[in-house]
Amino acid sequence: MERVPTMPKRFVTPGVVLALLIVSPLARPQTAPPQSGAAKEQKAAPAAPAFVDADDWGHPITAVSTDHKAAPAPRHDISGIWDPGMDATHVIGTQGASAMPDDGKPEHQPPYTPLGREALNRTKPSNGVRSVLPADTNDPVVYCDPQGMPREDLYELRTTQILQTPQSVALLYQFGKVWRVVWADGRGLPKDPEPRWFGYSVGKWEDDYTFVVQTSGIDERTWVDRAGRPHSGDLRVEERFHRVDRDHLELTVTINDPKMYTKPWVALDKVRFQLQTRDYDVREMICSPTDFAEYNKLIGNPASNKDGR
Amino acid sequence: MKGKLLISVVLGIGFSIVSLPLFAHHGNAAYDTAKSITVKGTVTRWVWSNPHCILQLDVTDDQGQVVQWITETENPTSMTHYGWTMQSLKLGDQVTVTVIPVKNGRPVGRIIEVVLPNGQKLAGRVLPPVESSKPEDSPKQ
Repeated sequence: MERVPTMPKRFVTPGVVLALLIVSPLARPQTAPPQSGAAKEQKAAPAAPAFVDADDWGHPITAVSTDHKAAPAPRHDISGIWDPGMDATHVIGTQGASAMPDDGKPEHQPPYTPLGREALNRTKPSNGVRSVLPADTNDPVVYCDPQGMPREDLYELRTTQILQTPQSVALLYQFGKVWRVVWADGRGLPKDPEPRWFGYSVGKWEDDYTFVVQTSGIDERTWVDRAGRPHSGDLRVEERFHRVDRDHLELTVTINDPKMYTKPWVALDKVRFQLQTRDYDVREMICSPTDFAEYNKLIGNPASNKDGR
Repeated sequence: MKGKLLISVVLGIGFSIVSLPLFAHHGNAAYDTAKSITVKGTVTRWVWSNPHCILQLDVTDDQGQVVQWITETENPTSMTHYGWTMQSLKLGDQVTVTVIPVKNGRPVGRIIEVVLPNGQKLAGRVLPPVESSKPEDSPKQ
């Protein structure tokens, strides 16, 4: 389906760009009649001043820092707009859980049970050492199924907003524009509940600066990560949110599923988030079936010889 | 209007700060990561969209035939971190694009770098091919 083409009113002049009031992530395709061009040489570019990484209102994003001189951590408070930066290794998780990437190294193999290994072989990821061509993947997320837990932490973990109420902690995730509620009112995990993509989460303060969350009751259709690591209905995920100081939060995720793994394994190890200013606006990253169909038509199918040509 | 931003292009950022040899999120199984191809042509489509932004251009080859190249970057959120915007490209722009090509020889590629009409460069989040490097993300049977 071709969308109505639009031409932007603004233009780039050297060194100056007008701030955008609203930028929609919806596709704004433009098309034109063919013209000619040829050359293989690349000319040297002029030196470029630094750009400002900002939201769509022009508010700068605060890069993740490693300094330890920030103000002290508030007690019992992990709220804020948190950005983990763009380090693909740790937060985008293209090769799977960043503490255990699927890179072929033996130390990065989770401790599968025989059942776990069987389940692993049924997944056909489009990343990692077992990757298949884009058109052959059975990754549910590629077809816009919810990431669910723990994958929302382990693949495309981006700017995350955390809100606290007296009874709960709500997490608003950029990727997929989804949210979770963690109950913090003392209740335990439900017994034998109906499965949910994101499971059921309860949390409590282990000390003044560490909020520990347990999640279970997760739908078995979710993958643990982008590399297609499997889980059963018995999966228990632990997240440890540690408020390091005023500006930094660290997240550690542990996978515990005795049916699939002989022992628990750490999937994310102290990933650091940077506190953003309160006025920072998070961009939209939504899996739209329409967008994916368009992508496959233009790129995925030709690249995989699946376009009938 | 919320004021003006001084936004420009950081030379080589895609090559200097990426700490691992891994690329975009659809994996590289379809791409020949040991190669790069540079083409120059006219922008005929520019889609600023999830999952990947798409740049299509008409390139005239050595035989005078117009070949339609279709190239991709990562998603808008990622590209914004590298200085791209929805307005970075417009129809009719003469651009030079360096890509990692697909293995099946089709005019499809993943952008390493684009040179804009004014000479500025925009880097995709892709490393250029490295000689004698191990293949990344090669498919396993």
